Amino acid sequence: MDLTADLLINATVAGLLLGGFYAAVTVGVSISFGMLDIVNIAHPAFIMLGAYAAFRLNDAFGMDPIVAGIVMLPIFFLMGAAVYGIYHVAFERRGQESLRGLAFFFGLLFVTEVALVLVYGVDYRFVQAPYIDAPPLRFGMIELPWRMLIPCVVALLTIGLLQIYLSRTFMGRAIAAVSQDPLALRLMAANPVRVKLVAFALSIATASISGSLLIMIQPVEPSMGRDFIGRIFAICVLGGMGSFPGTVLAAMLLGVVESITATIFGPSWSPAVAFGFLLLTLAVRPAGLLGR
Amino acid sequence: MNAPLLEVTDLGKRFGGFVALEGIQLSVTSGERVGLIGPNGSGKSTLVNCLCGTLRNDSGRVRFDGRDLKGLAAHQRTRLGMARSFQLPRPFGSLSIAANLRVPLLYTVKARAGRGFDESSIDARAADLLAMVGLADKGRRLPRDLSQVEMRKLELARAMAAEPKLLIADEAMAGLSHSEIDDILALLRRLSAEGITIILIEHIMRAVMSFSERLVVLVAGRKIADGPPDEVIRNPEVEKAYLGE
Amino acid sequence: MNNRLFLVLALAIAVAVFVICRWFAIDYLFFAGYQILLYVVLATAWNILGGYTGYVNFGTAAFFAMGAYSSVALIKFFSGVALPIPLLMVAGGLVSGFVGLGMGYLTLRLRGVFFSIATLALAVVVQTLITNWDYVGGSRGAYTVRPMVAPIVGSYMQYLFLLMLSLAVAAIATARAIEHSELGYGFATIRDDEAAAEASGVPTLRLKLIATTLTGMFMGMAGAPYPYYVTYLDPASGFNLAFAVNSIAMPLIGGTTTWAGPLIGALLLGSVQQIATVSTVLGTHPEVNLLIVGLLLIAFVVAAPNGIVGFFQARLRQSRAA
Repeated sequence: MDLTADLLINATVAGLLLGGFYAAVTVGVSISFGMLDIVNIAHPAFIMLGAYAAFRLNDAFGMDPIVAGIVMLPIFFLMGAAVYGIYHVAFERRGQESLRGLAFFFGLLFVTEVALVLVYGVDYRFVQAPYIDAPPLRFGMIELPWRMLIPCVVALLTIGLLQIYLSRTFMGRAIAAVSQDPLALRLMAANPVRVKLVAFALSIATASISGSLLIMIQPVEPSMGRDFIGRIFAICVLGGMGSFPGTVLAAMLLGVVESITATIFGPSWSPAVAFGFLLLTLAVRPAGLLGR
Repeated sequence: MNAPLLEVTDLGKRFGGFVALEGIQLSVTSGERVGLIGPNGSGKSTLVNCLCGTLRNDSGRVRFDGRDLKGLAAHQRTRLGMARSFQLPRPFGSLSIAANLRVPLLYTVKARAGRGFDESSIDARAADLLAMVGLADKGRRLPRDLSQVEMRKLELARAMAAEPKLLIADEAMAGLSHSEIDDILALLRRLSAEGITIILIEHIMRAVMSFSERLVVLVAGRKIADGPPDEVIRNPEVEKAYLGE
Repeated sequence: MNNRLFLVLALAIAVAVFVICRWFAIDYLFFAGYQILLYVVLATAWNILGGYTGYVNFGTAAFFAMGAYSSVALIKFFSGVALPIPLLMVAGGLVSGFVGLGMGYLTLRLRGVFFSIATLALAVVVQTLITNWDYVGGSRGAYTVRPMVAPIVGSYMQYLFLLMLSLAVAAIATARAIEHSELGYGFATIRDDEAAAEASGVPTLRLKLIATTLTGMFMGMAGAPYPYYVTYLDPASGFNLAFAVNSIAMPLIGGTTTWAGPLIGALLLGSVQQIATVSTVLGTHPEVNLLIVGLLLIAFVVAAPNGIVGFFQARLRQSRAA
């Protein structure tokens, strides 16, 4: 096929936009895994729930997906709090996180996917919004489809807000500190368990937004969650675990490589790209791009 | 015979921007009793981890028994004759107390001996070790049934089961009562009498002072003193580190 | 009881099972029985790594499918020559064992979670590769014709049943032998406290690699006859999520510290799922099956972490102490 500059540049741009979205998807795990050391492999399941929630609200009330994502924030926050509660009592307290904690999250991932199949079937679902199918923004030969541009912008905005929260507020800084020094945290009159609870709930709340962004970018079906696991953890590790700027950088890198690979070899190879990234990172530089 | 058993040259270790250890020089001759002290966070445990292979040092060299330890995994160093006990006891929770001792016997002593190792002697050796630390009647129990001091004794027994030339005891006495400390000290003295080189890392000054032939002081990742205990204690820098300005 | 005696006993039970099934002469028994035995092998194989050393493998589907697809590839390559299934099983075992070793080598030096995440991603990647590999049919799938005459016994389904029964005995005997050996001690120390294990002289990396290779090997061997069992194999059925969740749920529910756990878990859950498939009420939605297994997994992991075997062991200890 003809690899014109035009094609390559647009693939790169699409990759960057996609990367912005991937960063939002990953930021939840940056918090739960990067900062709290909780291996929540069920995160993609919550994203799928967010996507389907956006679908429901859009289908039933014509609600804009981003609005839907924001409306569902409190519910996802509570869900995250509940999940952490169970995780803490059943595993963290007993020191069983490695085997059983993982199995627990895997169970959640699995049950969510199966439940979604039972309720919604395996057909693709999508949302309707006026700007999704509008003609793309054009800058010379560069095309910026709205359905990719808006999620990228919203994603980066969300990450920016989270970063501000984490560095400016007491709770935010407590979250950043909790994995490093729970004792010091106690001395500062903050209960580490409560801090972790808020942090984990926050990480699940991000799934509400990411899910609605996902369904804007492409139609969804229940098994898509699995494709994201490799991507999320590849980005998280490459990005240096808890670092947000690192996450954005790694996400965009992955997005671009995936996009170009899809253009040259076809989209069915995308999942392999993330895995390649993951293996490469683990073998060569486990501390990530910007990490220690 | 006077080549040191352990020779640490210019050892350094960083965690990102944080310098945990820098320029550590240490020489331990066979049979010595060395005490290692320093305030919290001074890098004592990091040093132990670097020596034993749990962590990889960024710079410098460690020679043990004439061999450069670079690149050797922890289990290989144990097989060469370097054993350590952990600061917080880390027993094998699902194995019985006697089985806990079988592990180093199987994986270190037997591995070292190669062919011709008498497997039937393992149970007897484990029993001997249990008796030495006063846990003879608890062989069948699980580690979670033990008291604090018993766990620490098990920890030491497990290190001894590897039949080491050098034993590094990392804060084996923290939180123990006066008489319990004496128990452990007696144990360590016995080992020393049998020819085992011992590095004792402790906060409990009377234990360290009475046990050590030589005292090494670590502050903020650097060695600031190294010599006979009485002299080191009177060193103004050491006083400053412990009592403040 | 020493290993040889156990093996003889297990073989005797296996023969008895086979004879009883033949006596009933219902073909479906063999069909369903194969599925259950398959799960016994997968659960036992999973447990050698997951239960004994504590390293969770999410990629059962990948190892299983590699075994199945290596059969498909070999059958096609040697078309015209009837390859005996035991040979295919050896091939499948080699392929999957080798991949297990390779992946272990890359990821086992890091924390356990990275290994687990890598296995999760592995499943997706292997599925992608095979879906794009036209030689074995790609996404369209591949047909395998069962030979008219079966070696040893009358119907081909019975032959497949016999093969899986033998593999199950082999897997269980191996698991038990490991459990009672020096290797088993080493595995347990890795599970309990890896750093302390290293400090005690246990070569943890080497042992983990052994466990990973064994796991991959048995799963690959279990997958090799699958094309003959289903006759039509496509990536969707080969990589069925059911394999991943069942191979984890069965040992966790049955009990992870001993060979009996995965066996109990597989027999119980396997039978429940077979019954559910056949029952008219639940049979219309095969996903309900999986939903139940998933929920049971979560419930057991949270409330009964030592599984069924652990539960009985605790009762036994209590009654002894009383």
